Amino acid sequence: MTTASEPYVLNIGPQHPSTHGVFRLRVVMDGERIQDIDMVVGYLHRSMEKLAEERTYTQNIPFTDRTDYLAAMSNNLGYCLAAERLAGIEVPDRASYLRVIFAELQRLASHSMANGTFINDAGAWQTPLMYMFREREKILDLFEMTCGARLTTNYMRIGGVAFDPPAEFFPAVNALIDELPDRIAEYTELLVDNEILLARSRGVGVVSAEDAINGSLVGPVLRASGVPWDLRKAEAYCAYGDFDFEIPVGHVGDCYDRFMVRLEEMRQSVRIIRQALDGLPSGPHKTEIPLALRPAPGEAYARVEGPRGELGFYVVSDGGPAPFRFHIRAPSLINLSLLREMAVGTSLPDAIVTLGSLDIVVGEIDR
Amino acid sequence: MAGRLRRSLPQAVVAETDEWVEVAPDAIVDVVRWLHDDPDLDAAQLSNLCATDRYDHFEVVYHLQSLDQNHQIVVKARVGEHERASLPSVYPVYKGALLQEREVYDLMGVRFEGHPDLRRMFLWEGYPGFPLRKDFLQITGHHPGLPHFPFEEAGRQER
Repeated sequence: MTTASEPYVLNIGPQHPSTHGVFRLRVVMDGERIQDIDMVVGYLHRSMEKLAEERTYTQNIPFTDRTDYLAAMSNNLGYCLAAERLAGIEVPDRASYLRVIFAELQRLASHSMANGTFINDAGAWQTPLMYMFREREKILDLFEMTCGARLTTNYMRIGGVAFDPPAEFFPAVNALIDELPDRIAEYTELLVDNEILLARSRGVGVVSAEDAINGSLVGPVLRASGVPWDLRKAEAYCAYGDFDFEIPVGHVGDCYDRFMVRLEEMRQSVRIIRQALDGLPSGPHKTEIPLALRPAPGEAYARVEGPRGELGFYVVSDGGPAPFRFHIRAPSLINLSLLREMAVGTSLPDAIVTLGSLDIVVGEIDR
Repeated sequence: MAGRLRRSLPQAVVAETDEWVEVAPDAIVDVVRWLHDDPDLDAAQLSNLCATDRYDHFEVVYHLQSLDQNHQIVVKARVGEHERASLPSVYPVYKGALLQEREVYDLMGVRFEGHPDLRRMFLWEGYPGFPLRKDFLQITGHHPGLPHFPFEEAGRQER
């Protein structure tokens, strides 16, 4: 005897621990199998691109903190690079090095959070997350020491950085990067061969290299599929050309590879910070720019390798004091392009793990 | 790049500078497919897609990225009609256009013909107007945000 079944709709979110923010998934289930998946976003939409058209170039820097609130430094940096490219402003060497140091500290903080919440989704409830928060907390303390804020840093400026770090910053950051390799080794020991993590994430949410490129996936998600593409190497913006580091890539393109790529990138970030601190040049930390910057009419697209991948800022000037058009290429949103391909046909727990492995930040999706 | 494009697709190129090439809107799919398939130009990834409102027309900008050759190609298309702005979708060439084209439609109101799932994304169906258009705040009787601004109506203060 067969039992007739019909598909039913399941709503995940907008408020749900596995959606990491106000993000809703509308899943059509056929028994245990996902038939269709659709995301409903916009709960955090603040129309920043429109607001930015009313404010001067410098006034727009705090907006960029609030798109991806887990990687404010990278967002600040991407926008300042775009404005500098548009206005033709040169940045002093010390500022470039400080930018690299803070962007890499931000990557460490963001990847700790990403891996912690991913493991949370995979079923290791809270304990590994708290371990990773321990290190993230120290990085946020360094941010607070330097610019007074922990999350919405507003630290980068067009033409440099806002402040030189205080004297107590350097011993603290040196102590942290001496400690971090041991901590990362601890995570590795704790998690990498963990049977539950392997069972839950290996072979789940697989994306081939061709699909990843064609689907505009970027960052650790692209690299986990085996594509060695990193803008820090490809464009060598700021001072990244001066440092020796490697691009970790995965083989399979599953959730486990994404986790491993992030873990390895944390090691590489520590290497970069150590080199940048050793070679930190003296000199001014910013150039003076006019308060009401009026770049010549034109356009600039600058991008950085943020923790979630290619973070681009497309800024158009019409010669006025405010951008004529301000567009953010948000990696969190565009990495969801292949969500349907990844999730349809799998089970609900696998889809949750896949979503966790993409490391989305809802503030950046909605902007 | 523009010279080769002009030889292969003679009708497509409208204007060019060192930084970008503008193509006819009808030819956009042919152009990006040609750029995608050409082994030297190798535009493997649609890295960014956005639109700018230039008052009398929209400018849709495609940033294409070659991962092997490490160069960026910027293609623009001018969409003339403000009220019925539409352009062929590049989704058949780049799956990564799925959400980016939806975003442009949602906020700028440029329709992409042939897109498999063209709906509003951040805003809801039926939302009046498209916020990133330059004339958005001039829509009569429409105040985004608060339904009325405080003390907007005369005599409200006395109550």
